[in-house]
Amino acid sequence: MRYLPHTQEDIREMLAVAGSPSLDGLFDTIPDSVKTKHGLNLPEPLTEWELNDHMEKLASENIACKGYTCLIGAGSYDHYIPAIIPYLVSRSEFATAYTPYQPEVSQGTLQGIYEFQTMVTDLLGMDIATASHYDCGTALAECALIALRKNRKANKIAVSDLVHPSHRQVIETYLKPTGYEMVLIPHTARGLTDTAALEAMADIAGVAVQSPNFFGHIEDLAAFRKIADSKKILFITSFTEALAWGVLKNPGSFGADLVAGEGQSLGIAKTFGGPGLGLLAGTSKLMRDLPGRLVGRTKDTNGQDGYVLTLSTREQHIRREKASSNICSNNGLNAMTAAMYLSTVGKIGIREIAQLNHDKAVYLRSALTAAGFTPVFDSPFFNEFVMKVPEGFKKKRADLIHRHCLFAGLDLTPFYPELTDHYLFCATEKISRQQMDQLAKEVA
Amino acid sequence: MTRQPGTKGLIFNEPNVWDKSREGRCAISLPRADVDRAPLDPSLTGEAPNLPQLSELDVVRHYTRLSQWNFGVDSGMYPLGSCTMKYNPKTNEVQAARQGFAGAHPLAGDEFSQGALRLMYDLEKYLAEITGFAGVTLQPAAGAHGELAGMLIIHAYHAKQGKQRSKIIIPDTAHGTNPASATLCGYQSINLKSGPKGILEPEAVAAVMDEDTAGIMITNPNTLGLFEEHIREICDIVHAKGGLVYGDGANMNAIMGVVKPGKVGIDVLHLNLHKTFSTPHGGGGPGAGPVAVTEELIPFLPVPRVEKELDSFRFVSDCPESIGRLHTFYGHFGVMVKAYAYILSMGAQGLLDVSRLAVLNANYIKESLKGTLNLPYDRPCMHECVFNDAHQKKHHITTMDMAKRLLDYGFHPPTVYFPLVVEGAFMVEPTETESKEDIDQFIDAVKAIAKEAQTDPEKLTSAPVLPKVTRLDEVAAARKPCLRG
Amino acid sequence: MKEINDLKLPEDVKYSKDHEWARSEGDTVTIGINDYAQDQLGEIVFVELPAVGDAFSVEEEFGSVESVKAVSEMYMPISGEIVAVNENLEDAPELVNEDCYQGGWIIKVKPSDPGELDALMDKAAYLEMLKG
Repeated sequence: MRYLPHTQEDIREMLAVAGSPSLDGLFDTIPDSVKTKHGLNLPEPLTEWELNDHMEKLASENIACKGYTCLIGAGSYDHYIPAIIPYLVSRSEFATAYTPYQPEVSQGTLQGIYEFQTMVTDLLGMDIATASHYDCGTALAECALIALRKNRKANKIAVSDLVHPSHRQVIETYLKPTGYEMVLIPHTARGLTDTAALEAMADIAGVAVQSPNFFGHIEDLAAFRKIADSKKILFITSFTEALAWGVLKNPGSFGADLVAGEGQSLGIAKTFGGPGLGLLAGTSKLMRDLPGRLVGRTKDTNGQDGYVLTLSTREQHIRREKASSNICSNNGLNAMTAAMYLSTVGKIGIREIAQLNHDKAVYLRSALTAAGFTPVFDSPFFNEFVMKVPEGFKKKRADLIHRHCLFAGLDLTPFYPELTDHYLFCATEKISRQQMDQLAKEVA
Repeated sequence: MTRQPGTKGLIFNEPNVWDKSREGRCAISLPRADVDRAPLDPSLTGEAPNLPQLSELDVVRHYTRLSQWNFGVDSGMYPLGSCTMKYNPKTNEVQAARQGFAGAHPLAGDEFSQGALRLMYDLEKYLAEITGFAGVTLQPAAGAHGELAGMLIIHAYHAKQGKQRSKIIIPDTAHGTNPASATLCGYQSINLKSGPKGILEPEAVAAVMDEDTAGIMITNPNTLGLFEEHIREICDIVHAKGGLVYGDGANMNAIMGVVKPGKVGIDVLHLNLHKTFSTPHGGGGPGAGPVAVTEELIPFLPVPRVEKELDSFRFVSDCPESIGRLHTFYGHFGVMVKAYAYILSMGAQGLLDVSRLAVLNANYIKESLKGTLNLPYDRPCMHECVFNDAHQKKHHITTMDMAKRLLDYGFHPPTVYFPLVVEGAFMVEPTETESKEDIDQFIDAVKAIAKEAQTDPEKLTSAPVLPKVTRLDEVAAARKPCLRG
Repeated sequence: MKEINDLKLPEDVKYSKDHEWARSEGDTVTIGINDYAQDQLGEIVFVELPAVGDAFSVEEEFGSVESVKAVSEMYMPISGEIVAVNENLEDAPELVNEDCYQGGWIIKVKPSDPGELDALMDKAAYLEMLKG
């Protein structure tokens, strides 16, 4: 096997030093009753080219292999990834390193993540961003736990029902064994979280609102800050479309205490939903409650600038059962990818891409409206919106997939059973006017 | 002595990325605006984030220079104990980057995602075979996330029995994540000391196991690199009191094809695809932490599950006893592709050889260095061995000094000061992909450093001198945290 | 690390088994961690303080001190209500290393049972305990 370097002679010499008569003898401390008698039943090993054929065949069973047009977002977005991003991030010095426990030979990772933390704080208007989390759902669950632990009087967290349905499920999973509870805030006829309903809630430790929300609409975060203040609870916001902050007023400017977000839009391939990038940011006041790694700037013995993992006493390897979280490995390489993407698009690019996403979404919505679809909620949106579809759309949508590899929106019924015939559409910078016009023609 | 890999060489200074910024530069090809501008209401918009403005070459040079300050497995031997820093095959990267996988939208629908579903289904099957369990979930995003999944399953199991329990036994040879994971499920950790041989003694487990204890978390091989010989007996003791046994499978690399944890009494086990199954660690992640369980615990696995019907595959979420969803979508699919490609490349014999050679390499190092460094538990080890600095202390040299000096010699140091049961631990895990020549070089380097500790201790206390930076002031970093530029 | 004989252990304070010290000052008792504890921990980077007004009973945890790689909980040598905390430690936790009995004090407590002070060790008894 080409990954295993040992020659027969190496093995003989090394066994002699190790004091074992054979390779099997190395396992003599394991009682026979514990050893397996049968070995492993796995397919015959493949050569590299056989593997290529096998994998291409599997990949071709996914429609994505053909290059498809995706008008679905809902937490995973189809943005253009500049060629330099995969090129740079595949540099093995980044990819094949471990967590930077030895800072002297990890300055690349450490400076890169420090720059990532800085750019995320700029993007979100927050004081501190962590070195990353698994995804938005898990980051949001951690934020909910922070709010619940900080507030000793209440044991419920209020979560908007326009937070991504999967994120709500993740929160539920995390809360199940704790005795804490999630209560849902309903939404209004305008596709926004119902502030009045939140105001009426008692015994809550925090509130979590997604903006742009699952229907794509921009929430009035200032209103939630006000209610959180009046209730003296933590205000958490989340988002699934990071590029929105290229144009929208950021969560920090509304006084969010904690922000959980999905960073997949920042140069990371969709990859069937993972690995994405959990973004987690907070105010300085909550610095010691944040989960996961943080990189800080310091000096070396010669007075040169350098970077280290810091504030580690929050973490599991030191504080063990009292740690702020059990997270160890995070999504570091995807954080590096996001930093590369943010450096590449820059201040000008992110604004332009964000605005284009919105422009295209507005165009698509009007085109579909003209084709007989009904816009459902009249609130401002970023790059996603909900449409009630005309009769016969389901069949037309299936045809579009088969004929043009075009996915026209996401059926909302599995997520909101009351919304039959409602679809969530997403437009990004990648869709052309021509494609949108053609779609409108076909579904009219 | 052989020539050591570490040497001096030209590297570049590189400022923070924003220090290179010049107003007006942009490194992307801006998309064509083929629709009308649709300005948002000004009350909703903010300033553009203050991101750096660079050309494409600026970006490429910035990250290329940064990367050159890093040490990876591709640079040299990386014997970081407990982390299994084996070679990450490049074909795995090629497979994961295929458009059909990398471009797949998670909500495209089962019908249009059959390749991904089939891969997940088969990978679950292979991992079940390797570990000897009945069911596997691939959803957890990392080892610690897998531990959380496992503890949630144990919690749900006890809930279903009608009586929740309050404690969990955690030996001192466990990973640090174990107690933190148990806490997330509301379990109080009961710390258990390992015996004089560095492994658990059944009597000690029996003494603390009671009917208010949910179970035990065992790392096997443990963090001393030793196989828990009494595993079967310990499982019986825990089961007799109605508890479950959680296996931390982070060290599965040592026993593939030799021991199937599911067949010796363990109930739940997590694996680290980024350790045993060769996927790169990425300087901190993303990894993946699949969880394998016994038949009895399958109903508790997270949703959605992958199911096969005739020759087609689908996601199923209607599992009333499930612990629920742990990840926004299905976990780290990109990592799964790489692990799958690895298993198919290795086959059964290949994986057995992996474990045999990983154990051979570790024992070879243990025997070669045990005169040079103190070896607190002098017994045959599995895939890693734990020394300490007891011999060097008299020269006022610590494990940290030796680790830093190894950097100058061109090696990534072993894990230091872990496990906690060994004071000044120096934990070496060579992995199977290191050749005898590279290991000999490493052994020579450690011996040379031990000699320097006697003759020229300053060389160690002032090390490292060759990397981009010398030792960093971690105290200042923690006292006055500077977490952004 | 210091040898036992090199430890600074003043006579005018009492010691607890958890290596805190307590000094009676009129109506209040000042509490900190002793030279042995600060030396074991190494360079202290953060002190987690309780809030003024909190009340704790004897041996209850009231805060923690952190070095880069360790956290150590602090336990009340006596019961009482916190009347002051050393706010200087927020910016200068190193005071605990440099001057643990004066500038590096941690809390001032109004004791609920002054008799508890008598149950603590004097220097000789504490040294005895350390030597084991």
